[in-house]
This record gives sequence, structure tokens and C-alpha cells, in this order.
Amino acid sequence: MDIHALQQIVHQTRDARRKQTIAKFSPADRDQLIHKYHPDWRASAYRPIRFGPNEGDKTVVELATLLEGDSSLDGSADLTPHHTTDVLVIGGGGAGCAAALHAHGAGAKVILATKLRLGDSNSVMAQGGMQISVAPEDSPVTHFIDTLKGGHMQNDHDLLKVMVEEGPSIAKWLIELGVLFDRQADGNLHVKKGGGSSKPRLLTCSDYTGLEIMRVLKDEVINQKIQLLEFCAAVELLSDNDGRCTGAILKDLDNQQHVVVAAKSVILATGGIGRLHIQGFPTSNHYGATGDGLCLSYRMGAKLDHIDTFQYHPSGAVYPEQLIGALVTEGIRSEGGQLVNAKGERFVNELDTRDVVSSSIIRECEEGRGIRTMSGRVGVWLDTPLLDAEHGPGTVEKHFPAMMLQFERFGIDISKDPVLIYPTLHYQNGGVKIDTNSETNVKNLFVAGEASGGLHGRNRLMGNSLLDLMVFGKRSGLTAASRTGSVTQGKLTLKHLERFRTEAKKHGNVSGVISPMILPAYTRKVG
Amino acid sequence: MAQESNENVIDQPEVLKPRMVTIDIAGKKYEVPEGITVIKAMWYAGQEVVRGVGCLGGFCGACATYYRTKDDPKVRTCLACQTAVQDGMSFTMMPPFPARKALYDIQKLQDPKQDLFNLYPEAPLCRNCNACTEACPQKIDVREGVWKAVFGDFQSVSEMFMDCVMCGMCTPVCIADIAPNLVALYVSRAQGAHFTEKPAGLDQRIKEITDGRFNDEWKKILAMNEKELADHCATVK
Ligand SMILES: Cc1cc2nc3c(=O)[nH]c(=O)nc-3n(C[C@H](O)[C@H](O)[C@H](O)COP(=O)(O)OP(=O)(O)OC[C@H]3O[C@@H](n4cnc5c(N)ncnc54)[C@H](O)[C@@H]3O)c2cc1C
Ligand code: SF4
Ligand code: SF4
Ligand code: FES
Repeated sequence: MDIHALQQIVHQTRDARRKQTIAKFSPADRDQLIHKYHPDWRASAYRPIRFGPNEGDKTVVELATLLEGDSSLDGSADLTPHHTTDVLVIGGGGAGCAAALHAHGAGAKVILATKLRLGDSNSVMAQGGMQISVAPEDSPVTHFIDTLKGGHMQNDHDLLKVMVEEGPSIAKWLIELGVLFDRQADGNLHVKKGGGSSKPRLLTCSDYTGLEIMRVLKDEVINQKIQLLEFCAAVELLSDNDGRCTGAILKDLDNQQHVVVAAKSVILATGGIGRLHIQGFPTSNHYGATGDGLCLSYRMGAKLDHIDTFQYHPSGAVYPEQLIGALVTEGIRSEGGQLVNAKGERFVNELDTRDVVSSSIIRECEEGRGIRTMSGRVGVWLDTPLLDAEHGPGTVEKHFPAMMLQFERFGIDISKDPVLIYPTLHYQNGGVKIDTNSETNVKNLFVAGEASGGLHGRNRLMGNSLLDLMVFGKRSGLTAASRTGSVTQGKLTLKHLERFRTEAKKHGNVSGVISPMILPAYTRKVG
Repeated sequence: MAQESNENVIDQPEVLKPRMVTIDIAGKKYEVPEGITVIKAMWYAGQEVVRGVGCLGGFCGACATYYRTKDDPKVRTCLACQTAVQDGMSFTMMPPFPARKALYDIQKLQDPKQDLFNLYPEAPLCRNCNACTEACPQKIDVREGVWKAVFGDFQSVSEMFMDCVMCGMCTPVCIADIAPNLVALYVSRAQGAHFTEKPAGLDQRIKEITDGRFNDEWKKILAMNEKELADHCATVK
């Protein structure tokens, strides 16, 4: 049946649903639901890592294979540096830009290398907003508690405290750089309530928060004349005889040549893993989200944390086909958009945490209450027209211009028609273990942003990532810059690779793939 | 449709065999499934795309593309990750365009509205051809924005260009060598940094944190064992 006929049920049941309230799950029910339906609990998708710093820990097969993968470099590679710098930042998203700007501001010589263009990243796509406790009735402590609850109490307390306490000064920094956050009539910052938060705390720039922040940060990186190496992907790190990080080898994607960079410290800000399509899920992530930073640091001996847990965002588009996996912002649910199954019923409190909402959508679909599209995909409805019904015509268009435009391009008016959604692979909750200066257990190797782990526990609260990027981008940048005087440039060797390969051999060799992946293989083999 | 009826609970579809269409990529013909995005069509055709793909979500502007539909002489612009192919379509990606970006220290500007004319002296030379507006895949009234910038209405510019993905498609078409998106970026940043009220509540919160207003609460919380902390969390709704 065509999708328009199936939609009617949403329109017919709207009025009846409007007054209905649905309680959040009790902790026990929530655990039961998650264990049964959340993809993190599909045992068959997991296996132990065979060697390295996380030997024996389980993670998804896709990632384990890459972590045990071999480097593309052989021992005889020419390591004469093409560039020498104090700080090498790898990755041009939010964390990388923040790190580069702060390191540069503190007087260090900085090179920023990135795989695609500066800013082509997950960061530009963040629509929902950034959590910072600025409202009078809110506090950093409440922010801490909300995040802990969202993260199943597994968050690193030290990292988390640092993040929530530095949040407000980050907002100030961004405003001084010209970021246009939404305001209240009295000039104060407007805050919205996000899923899993007890207080309104989301700072937004319309539904373009990440884009607005990134436009400004990119512009600032260029204005500060920070040296950029675009279309240069890191393929291996460099270490000295004592295992400290001393630089990286990049591959210039335009001419396939290696570029060797000697650096007193390296900040990896390479982002997430969505493009590994874990368990076959579509993803909301950018083209370069292939977990490169995890592989690079793992081979250097850096320990990973919480790499068995991923965030499946509840609302990835299922229809139209062209938008598969693309994010339908959580803001819609924050403003009252309801989730509706094929019978026209609600089935979860839409503002529960992401793992709970995703699990319940999967439950509806697996138990036969999903809606199937012509191409065979299943999903549930997100009642977007409800926003106009509740808050007056024009609400969707005014508050979600980016989303309106995205669907309009395919002839769908989301203020009139509901959208079909299903969880999409969105975020890597864990990553490389860091301390409060964003440093790993490998000396002079820093990791910031989505590639790092510990802060978010087992489930990141919405809006906390943008803050994470800014806070730990800054801390890594400042700490790395502060070493400029005390650290002398170490030797450039691939000793860590020798160690890694020896260990691999002991455990039945590497997995047979080359990592990092750099870009997903979407090009069809023709002929 | 009745609510009890089971037919919409799971609608068993015939999974359609994709209809193939003929398209033209940079002058060569290919058969691809109808309705896939322009970027996917390039992958389907066997092309490696590195420059020209970024976020795949319509936000980064890396995939700026020129296209034309069957029998229509009008060349249009689109974001390749957000546009479906149709039969008879021809397209080619826009190469990087060497527009000049002015360098400035946004915080140190003395008179941002006047400085615009030093940083972008070409801005007031707009000849009103409207090509920029027609080129914008985000449907921004770019020409209007350039004029508003020149007349000092920075607030309107910053609102109009919130949708700008910096794809740069408005620049190669400009007969006055203006890069409207870069002008707007400067104007928006100046608006944020210089002409927007400072949020008093934010400064207040920063001061509370440096003054240690939350220290007692922190001490209490950080001293809790796992069980106490979990119980405490359960009381915060
Ligand atoms: C669609 C979407 C919406 C989101 N919405 C929100 C939101 O509303 N609020 C929120 O807080 N969070 C949100 N998130 C999460 C948040 O945006 C990301 O977690 C965050 O942007 C990650 O930032 P990052 O700097 O760590 O990584 P990214 O921004 O992804 O940047 C990583 C950079 O590293 C580069 N790179 C990768 N590998 C290499 C390599 N080998 N060599 C060189 N460079 C490399 C990439 O090309 C990229 O430039 C959203 C995420 C997505 C995908
Ligand atoms: S204003 Fe220019 S750069 Fe911005 S979206 Fe429109 S065409 Fe692209
Ligand atoms: S293209 Fe250039 S000259 Fe024409 S309207 Fe736009 S800014 Fe003015
Ligand atoms: S790839 Fe980013 S807008 Fe198309």
C-alpha cells in the first residue's frame, strides 16, 4: 500500500493522542527492554579482541577486525619529515578546530591535517543543540547527574565534572567569536529541553547549531593562519624509542603520496565510526566516520574504553529512500512530536533516553507494529504535523528550517505529513581512554571529541557531544601547547608497529585487513 | 482506513525492481537506478569520489553540483547528496573555486560596519543581476543579503544566511567578483560578536562557578558510593 494511505492513521488518531501522557520506564523495565531489543545486546554481533591493550574485551565484529588490522606501512618507509611542528591536530571537525585554535592561541606552532576539507565532519550536522547549564534553575551539578543517569552510571566522574563546569565559559568563548545562539527576549540564552535531561539546557542556533559553530570555527582557523593540510588522512602514528608519540604519517588523497609530520604532540580528533555500518545499520554520520583514530591509537598501545556500546539514534529517516539513515532531529520530539506505530498508538515516552526510545521502536517493528515501505524497510511514524497543531501553523517551518528543506527536496511537507523513522547508527559512546587533559596512556598522544571515551559512559546524552568537543578540544590544545618548551622533538620510528606485529603473530596474526579504513568502499565494481 | 484492520500493521510489499534511467555524468552516459541520489549515482557508475563528498547530510556544501534535466536548457545547482537522479539528467560537480576570503580578527574590529568596505571593497559593487540568488541550493535571497550587508543591516543578513552551507555556488556566477557567502559570514560573525546583547545570566553562572557556589553540592555528590549516587540520581526527575 502506498505510504500516503498508511499515514492516515496518524492524522486520525492525533486528537486522541494529544492529551495522553506516557510515563517513563522504571529502571528495571528499562533494563529489560534494552537487553531484549537494543543492538548493543545482540551477542552474535560481538567478539573478543584477540590482542593489544584491550585483549579479551568484547566489541562489534566490524571494529574488532579493524583494530586487529595491519598498517599499510612497511618497516622500511622513509621517515624524513616533510613538516615539523609543535602540535599536529588530526581531524577537522569541532574537536580538531577547537584544539588547533587553543593551541595556536597559546603560542604553539600548529598544523591541522584532515581527511576531507576542513569542517567536512559530523560536527556540521549537529542540529539538536549543545547542553550547557546556563539557566538560573539549572546547575553544573544537575547537568552532571542527568548525564550520569543517561550513561547508566558508567561515566568517568573526573571527565564529566570538568565538562559540565567548563561549559558556561565555552559558551562565552563561542559568543565572543560570533556564534549566534538563540536568545530570549531579555537577551539571555534560550534553552530547550533535551531527551533525558531534567532541566532545559540545550543552546541552539535554529536547527543549524553544528553548522553555525563550524562556520565560525573554520573561519577563525583560516583567519589565524593555522597551517592546513586538507585531503590528508593519517595512516600511521610515529613513536620514539620510549613509545612516546612523535608525529604521524599522512596520505595525501590527491596524489597518494605519504606526508611525514614530526610533532612534539599529536591530537587525534578523528570522530566516530558510523560508516562502518555496524550490524548493517544505516548511519547519520559523515563520509569519513570510519573509526581511524581508534585503530591508530590502538596500535600505539592506547587503551580503549566502552567500545562495546554505540548510540543508535531513534529517528533516522526510512522514507524517502534517498534520505535513508539521515537524522530527523530530536528537537522534534523535544517540542512534542509523538512516535506512533502502525495501529496509531504511542508506545514510549518520546523524551526518554535514546537507548530506551530506540529499543522500543525496534520492539514495535519486530512485533509487527511497524510500517513497511515499498522498498521493504520498516519504521514507525514521527508525528511532525502535531507540532503545528499544538503550537500553531508555521511552527515546524520556523523551528526546523533545515529539516523542512531536506524533505521538501523530495516533495514531502513534514508540517503536513508525518515522517517514517527507524534507529540509525549515530554515535560511538566509548573511544580512546583519556585523562582530564585529554591525554591517553601514550605520552604526548591526545585524543579529543567523539574518538575519545569514558565521558559519556554507556549512552551519551543528547547535546553533550558538542560540549565535549569544545571542552576537550580546548584542554588537549592547551596542554599540548604547554609542552612546547619542555618537550624536545623525539625520534621518528615505527617501533610500535614492530611490537604490534609481534604480538599479532603470537595470537594468530592480524585480521587480514588494512586499517585505518579512511573511506568506505561505496564505489561499485563495474566491468 | 479502519483502525482495527490488520492490513496496515505490516503491509507486505512487492519489493520493486528498480527502474533504470539514463543519465549523463560529466559528458558520459550511464544507466543507474531511478531515484538514487546524484552522489550514489556516481558510485553506482563506478567512480571514486573523494573531493565532492563530505557530510552526506546536506550540511557541509562539499557536493555542489550543476545539473540540467531532459530538454530543459536551464542549468541548475544542487547538493549532490540531497538530490535524486531522473531520466535524462546531466550533471557535473563544481570544482573548488578560488574566491578571496578576507582575513580579520573579529574581536579586535573597531567599526565592523565600516570595516566591511575595507575587507570586501567589492561588496558595494553588486550589479543586481540576481545570479547568486538563482544559484543558491539553499534558497537564500543572496542578492538581497549582499545589499543588506552594504546598508549595514547585519542582523537581517545573519538571519538570512543561517541556512548557508558554504557550498560557494553563488561565487563563480558573480559578475562583480563578490563572494556573497564570505561577505555574509563576516557580517554574521560581526553581528554575533559586536551587535548582540551579552547574556547576563551566562556571566552570572560563570561567576558562580569560579566563586565556588556549587562546591558543597559537589563534595556531597563526589563522596557518595555507587549505591548512594544511584539513589540520589533517581530523585532527580
Ligand atoms: C547528524 C548528526 C547530528 C548530531 N547532532 C548533535 C547534536 O545536536 N548535539 C550534540 O551534542 N551532538 C550531536 N551529534 C554528535 C556530534 O555532532 C559528534 O559527535 C561530533 O560532531 C564529533 O565531533 P568530532 O570533532 O569528534 O568529530 P567530527 O566532527 O566527525 O570530525 C572528525 C574529523 O576528522 C577527520 N578524520 C577522520 N579520520 C581521519 C584521518 N584518518 N586523518 C585525518 N582526518 C581524519 C574527518 O574527516 C573529520 O573532519 C550529531 C551527530 C550527527 C552525525
Ligand atoms: S549563499 Fe552561496 S554558499 Fe551559501 S548556500 Fe547559498 S550558494 Fe551556497
Ligand atoms: S551575482 Fe554578484 S552582482 Fe549579481 S546580484 Fe549577486 S552579488 Fe550582485
Ligand atoms: S556531502 Fe555535505 S552537503 Fe552534500
